[in-house]
Amino acid sequence: MTYESMLAETIAFRGHRGDLGEAYYARPLGGPWPGVVLIHHMPGWDEWIKEATRKLAHHGFATIAPHLYFREGPGSPDDVGARVRAAGGVADEQVFGDVAGAMEFLRAQPYVNGKVGVIGFCSGGRHTYLAACSLDGIDAAVDCWGGNVIVDDPKQLNAKRPVAPIDLTAKLRCPLLGLFGNDDENPNRDQVNRTEAVLKKLGKTYEFHRYDGAGHAFFNAARPAYRPEQALDGWDKVFAFFHKHLTAATAARAA
Amino acid sequence: MCSYIVEKAKLLGSAKGPNGWMRIDTANVYYDHPFHAPLDHALGIDFICEADGGRDRVAVELSAASARELVAAILAALSNGEIEHGKAAHHAVQAAE
Repeated sequence: MTYESMLAETIAFRGHRGDLGEAYYARPLGGPWPGVVLIHHMPGWDEWIKEATRKLAHHGFATIAPHLYFREGPGSPDDVGARVRAAGGVADEQVFGDVAGAMEFLRAQPYVNGKVGVIGFCSGGRHTYLAACSLDGIDAAVDCWGGNVIVDDPKQLNAKRPVAPIDLTAKLRCPLLGLFGNDDENPNRDQVNRTEAVLKKLGKTYEFHRYDGAGHAFFNAARPAYRPEQALDGWDKVFAFFHKHLTAATAARAA
Repeated sequence: MCSYIVEKAKLLGSAKGPNGWMRIDTANVYYDHPFHAPLDHALGIDFICEADGGRDRVAVELSAASARELVAAILAALSNGEIEHGKAAHHAVQAAE
């Protein structure tokens, strides 16, 4: 019999400008484990995001999902998300600060091996792409169908989202995994191809995987978009990628 | 879609939420990923009162077809109701005469 264990709980963490926020945190007991910051999607800090956090923990990653909308609280995550939507979303700079704070939390834990990855879904995929181009200390990044990485209409840029992520690609400083559904409208196939072309041209380390028969958010079992076969393969790609880039320190420590 | 696109309608009315009735002055309307409805995209409406800070809301998430049916039902109810109430007002005037 193999013993499995996990601790999953709400914690406090210091985010952008030292603001005290809440995060969902799941980790296997024991260690050392690599760390992962999970960036939630636009609807907010919902049940599926917490399931995904526990899934990563089940596969050997101490995973923190900061609530990026905590400043609009108190309130239930859906009500808080509605306030953020009405206000036009959260500023990219604030997200960077929250992700940096979550990474700092992970690296302060004695059972984390020092390596930290970032994964994000939907708008969180875009945030992941941006963070990987903007923050130091990310060892691997996974963009799951992040939309608006390419911005064709400059009017979409504003004070909260001042830069098109694709324009920062030269600054990408860690390996990137991208997962996309070929039926997605944002990002669509053309946008994914154009993003890959820039990564290739700049000689970045990346893996892109595209899935037929899948659209946006095909991991989400609570939605009609769920595609079990593609999701199973996609999750395997995530775990393999993170283990490849985040477990080296564990191996070195054990050696 | 993660669009952040929200249409605003200015309203005069009330809505009943978890804390009872409240006045409302705004509907935030969007078509995007829902929080609860088992749909990939939903027409969301948040009834709020911006004058009172806009923190409480009464929310719905509807399929696109449901939203269109609701729009048709609202227009039909208004049309029929105005006809009936118009008759009632007419009868009241006749009785007074």
